[in-house]
Amino acid sequence: MGTYLLRRLLSSVILVAIAASLAYLLAASSLNPRANYTGRQPPIPVGVVDSTLSEYNLNDKTPLLERYGTWVSGVVQGDFGKTWDGGSVNQQMGQRVGVSLRLLLIGTLLGSTLGVAVGAFAAIRQYRISDRAIGVASFVVMAVPVFVLATLLTIGATGLNGAVGHTLIEYTGEYNPALSGVDQLLNRLNHLILPTISLCLGQIAFYSRIQRNMMLDVLGQDFVRTAQAKGLSRRTALVKHALRTALIPSATYFAFAFGTMLTGATFTEKIFGWHGMGEWLVESIQHNDTNAVAAVALFAAVCVLVAGVLSDLLVAALDPRVRVS
Amino acid sequence: MRSKVVLRRVMAKPQVVIGLIGVLALLALAYLGPLFGQYTWEQKDFTAFRSPPGADHWWGTTQIGQDMFAVTLRGMQKSILIGFLVALISTGLAALVGAFAGYFGGKLDKILMWGTDLLLVLPSFLIIAVISPRLESGSWLMFVVLLASFSWMITSRVVRSMTLSLREREYVLAARYMGIPDWKIIFRHVVPNLSSLLIIDATMNVSGAIIGETALSYFGFGVRPPDVSLGTLISAGGGSTAISYPWLFLFPAGLLVLLVLFINLIGDGLRDALDPGSTS
Repeated sequence: MGTYLLRRLLSSVILVAIAASLAYLLAASSLNPRANYTGRQPPIPVGVVDSTLSEYNLNDKTPLLERYGTWVSGVVQGDFGKTWDGGSVNQQMGQRVGVSLRLLLIGTLLGSTLGVAVGAFAAIRQYRISDRAIGVASFVVMAVPVFVLATLLTIGATGLNGAVGHTLIEYTGEYNPALSGVDQLLNRLNHLILPTISLCLGQIAFYSRIQRNMMLDVLGQDFVRTAQAKGLSRRTALVKHALRTALIPSATYFAFAFGTMLTGATFTEKIFGWHGMGEWLVESIQHNDTNAVAAVALFAAVCVLVAGVLSDLLVAALDPRVRVS
Repeated sequence: MRSKVVLRRVMAKPQVVIGLIGVLALLALAYLGPLFGQYTWEQKDFTAFRSPPGADHWWGTTQIGQDMFAVTLRGMQKSILIGFLVALISTGLAALVGAFAGYFGGKLDKILMWGTDLLLVLPSFLIIAVISPRLESGSWLMFVVLLASFSWMITSRVVRSMTLSLREREYVLAARYMGIPDWKIIFRHVVPNLSSLLIIDATMNVSGAIIGETALSYFGFGVRPPDVSLGTLISAGGGSTAISYPWLFLFPAGLLVLLVLFINLIGDGLRDALDPGSTS
């Protein structure tokens, strides 16, 4: 297991390096930071623009590979460079990573556990009304893109707030800086409600479909019947024997589901006004901010690969055969 | 004869029938609807800005006085067109790469599969978004190519592993001993035997591509003005606009969800009918 993990880690690092490099090269060659400085009144002299851009390692007159070299030597030392207006990418990233990770963590935990629970429940009640209702609901949810869902949630929240007469559910930003103490905490939780729903709902639908199918395969098998014949209660047999076996395929889908959620988080952050990495990606592309785009790409690649390793570990923990071989 | 049996089995699935009727109705709405509207999508009515749905403007008007009915249908045409084109290219590419890699094996297989894996690791949304400023506005065909080139990898892996077993079948061996060139064997004997997988995949790709297109267009990284798609319309009508002027958001968003839903229904039914062994 140890050598396997080590080898896995090494190949992950290489993949992250390739993905981030490619993102940097693409961003550096297709974005144009100079556009931020041209067309101003009064016009800025070309020499000044050149020297400023060179200072930030954004000058398109420097050869691409040279810029790439400077960027890599910075990143290796933990310096992600400057934004187009001279700010530190590291500082921005420090503020934003936490915001995004909080959303992603809550989304993953709630989405996967609720999804698995709903799917398992539907499988146990196969062809009853509750199973059919869950099936139809998850099918519909999977057809609703995150940006439609998030906008619908804000419309719903404003309607509700209007009906109640005060702000019952918050739908912009992360917290209210005017509050403190317990009020602040409650306010933060309130701000989390809608983004969490918009991230989780798709995940729940996705996992529940997989989990239901896998659970149905397992339920008919001999070992579940044997477990019950040995005198285990139906509940224990289902949870300890059937659910655990049926969890394995869902665990292999974990990395894939996380990737889709990462994209979904971009929309969630943008629509609910959370200043996270996803919002930054959109803004930095619109501002031709090469170094920031590369930093977000690196973050995304690390996230996806960590999810991949976690998914392997989950499978190993659930499936004894994997651990033995 | 066989095709008749398959067709009957497919049409016996209620999902497929409902999905087909739905998609055909939406297609008719998108392409025939504009003939009945009183306004074209380029017309601006300077007497009605953001007017709610009514007898004159059936689905209301936008902030610059465009007729929402005409603009939405125009956007839907573009989204449908992009969806179908992307699905066609991506499934074709998946079949081609997978079948060649599986059939020839060896070095070609290694190279093709390495490329496939690399593309799988790259975050496609991010890459397309980064490349998008390079595309000139109006060049939506390049956008189609970009979307397609990031959506074929998983299928091509499946195609490859199925080709590995097809390669050893008697009819393929017989064809090879008769001296038929390899590319002909691939197109006449290997790919047709994967058709049920490819048909299902193409259907699912249509809805995936439509969602991908609208998602990128939502941020302005895909279809761009003066072109409209469902994504740009949802983006324009979203945010705080959606709260005060809901018709700007609800019509394009509703049509998008219906479109994806009906296509997924067809895909789901096709999978049940053609590929009963699959679980997901």
